[in-house]
Amino acid sequence: MAKIIKNEILLEAKGLYKTYMQTSGFFVRKKRTIKALNNVTLSIKKGETLAIVGESGSGKSTLARCLLQLLSLDEGELFFKGQNLKTLKVEDKKHLKRHIQMVFQDPYASLNPRMKIVEILEEGLLIHDVGDKNLRDKKIRDMIKKVGLEVSDLMKYPHQFSGGQRQRIGIARALILEPELVICDEPVSALDVSIQAQILLLLKELQNELGLSYLFISHDLRVVRHMADHIVVMHQGQIVEQGSTKSIYAKPKARYTRELLNAIPGNHFNFKVS
Amino acid sequence: MKKILEVKHLKVSPINEPHKILVNDVSFDLYPGRTACIVGESGSGKSLTALSIMKLLSSQLKQAGDIFFEGQNISKLTNTEMRHYRGKSIAMIFQEPMTSLNPVISIGEQIREALNVHLDLDKKSLNKKVASLLKEVGIPEDRISSYPDELSGGQRQRIMIAMSIACEPFILIADEPTTALDVTVQSQILKLLSSLKEKRQMAMLFITHDFGVVEEIADDVIVMFQGQIVEKGSVKEVLKKPKHAYTKALLQCVPDAKGIKKLKPIQHRAFI
Repeated sequence: MAKIIKNEILLEAKGLYKTYMQTSGFFVRKKRTIKALNNVTLSIKKGETLAIVGESGSGKSTLARCLLQLLSLDEGELFFKGQNLKTLKVEDKKHLKRHIQMVFQDPYASLNPRMKIVEILEEGLLIHDVGDKNLRDKKIRDMIKKVGLEVSDLMKYPHQFSGGQRQRIGIARALILEPELVICDEPVSALDVSIQAQILLLLKELQNELGLSYLFISHDLRVVRHMADHIVVMHQGQIVEQGSTKSIYAKPKARYTRELLNAIPGNHFNFKVS
Repeated sequence: MKKILEVKHLKVSPINEPHKILVNDVSFDLYPGRTACIVGESGSGKSLTALSIMKLLSSQLKQAGDIFFEGQNISKLTNTEMRHYRGKSIAMIFQEPMTSLNPVISIGEQIREALNVHLDLDKKSLNKKVASLLKEVGIPEDRISSYPDELSGGQRQRIMIAMSIACEPFILIADEPTTALDVTVQSQILKLLSSLKEKRQMAMLFITHDFGVVEEIADDVIVMFQGQIVEKGSVKEVLKKPKHAYTKALLQCVPDAKGIKKLKPIQHRAFI
């Protein structure tokens, strides 16, 4: 089991800016700049879950992509375990990237339909030159069991699985590289409530077992309440409020946060079963 | 109260495998001005039930049982006869507002189309009607010649609602209309649907898997599991005092905003 030193900052983002250009109009070209990230500063501690909450268009997915370095930043600095990602050499960067993995929103679109599950899980290990064939096989078999699937499932193709099972495969693919930070972009929004509960519990279980940190992106404040230690509320590319989960739910400061909390369906009802 | 729709012993099974029953002996009633929610996981047969009412099932599936609309059995009607009811007496809203709108036709034209099929209006009153419908669902009138891609998800769903209520149906079937939307937009759409239902005294059949939404919108609740109704009753009864073990389990896995409860995933084998 990984040793967790609390309060150690894993990832730090300072003053991130990202703008998109949008062109419209056929005859008369109009240009509009959209500030997807506007001075975003945040940090994630080891073993903790930081949730990014906001509506579509608030820049939360852009933030995830920037943290994963899938998108380049206009401005701002990223530190992973104290190392500045901008000044890092390409090889070191590749090594670091192994420690930041992602679980995607749509379990139907994020798995290659032509690859067997074993190939999907092995791909990352091959890219990062992990072990020999035997070690890789062992890791894959251990991981598939860890996410609640069978070893016999490894020879199947993605279409043979349900949405919840596919999301388990997505999680296995992210975790097989033993990352320290996992970015979950709306991992349960495409799933049914009962399956949602399973996946949330699995994520929590794995966090405790492996000492993972999560960056959990969601628009569902009910889910966030169950997962997060800290919450960042984003609106139109800006952070409008951040704080501990408890304080945000008990005393939301920003008007936008209050609006979000009020919009939760059935928020006055306590779904307690005696 | 007078029933507007009566579903009796509805059964759906694939034509090739008649023993595999997807919807089994489902019966319920709809009343004007009331919302009934069908709750269940995917695969529980809730969408199939809705589609059977509209007689829109795929040709691979066969439905049996009776469906009475205002006392008349509509389950035995032919496709052509059924067309008289679809959109006029019984209308439907689908989950994905982007795939249910035609991307190359302006929204005004699409609403006009919905009106033209059933009502015989001249051009002037047609345009007037479209404008008033847009107003009713909260879309500014100057968007009338916009195309679906120029609108947000919530606005698209409002257009779908405008189209569905265009011919003043008695029954509105909504199949997970807010699942693809943000929370704030979702709460707006739920409010809009509730107020329209109230104003027009429509009967609404609302399909969802989210108990939070049920609590917001439902008068009556129907819980489905593996093609069968396991429990039905008023929203208060079902949410406060669920009788069936499956309903209880389903309520247990709803994360709530208060965050006190421990989530418990469903052990499906326990209910079979």
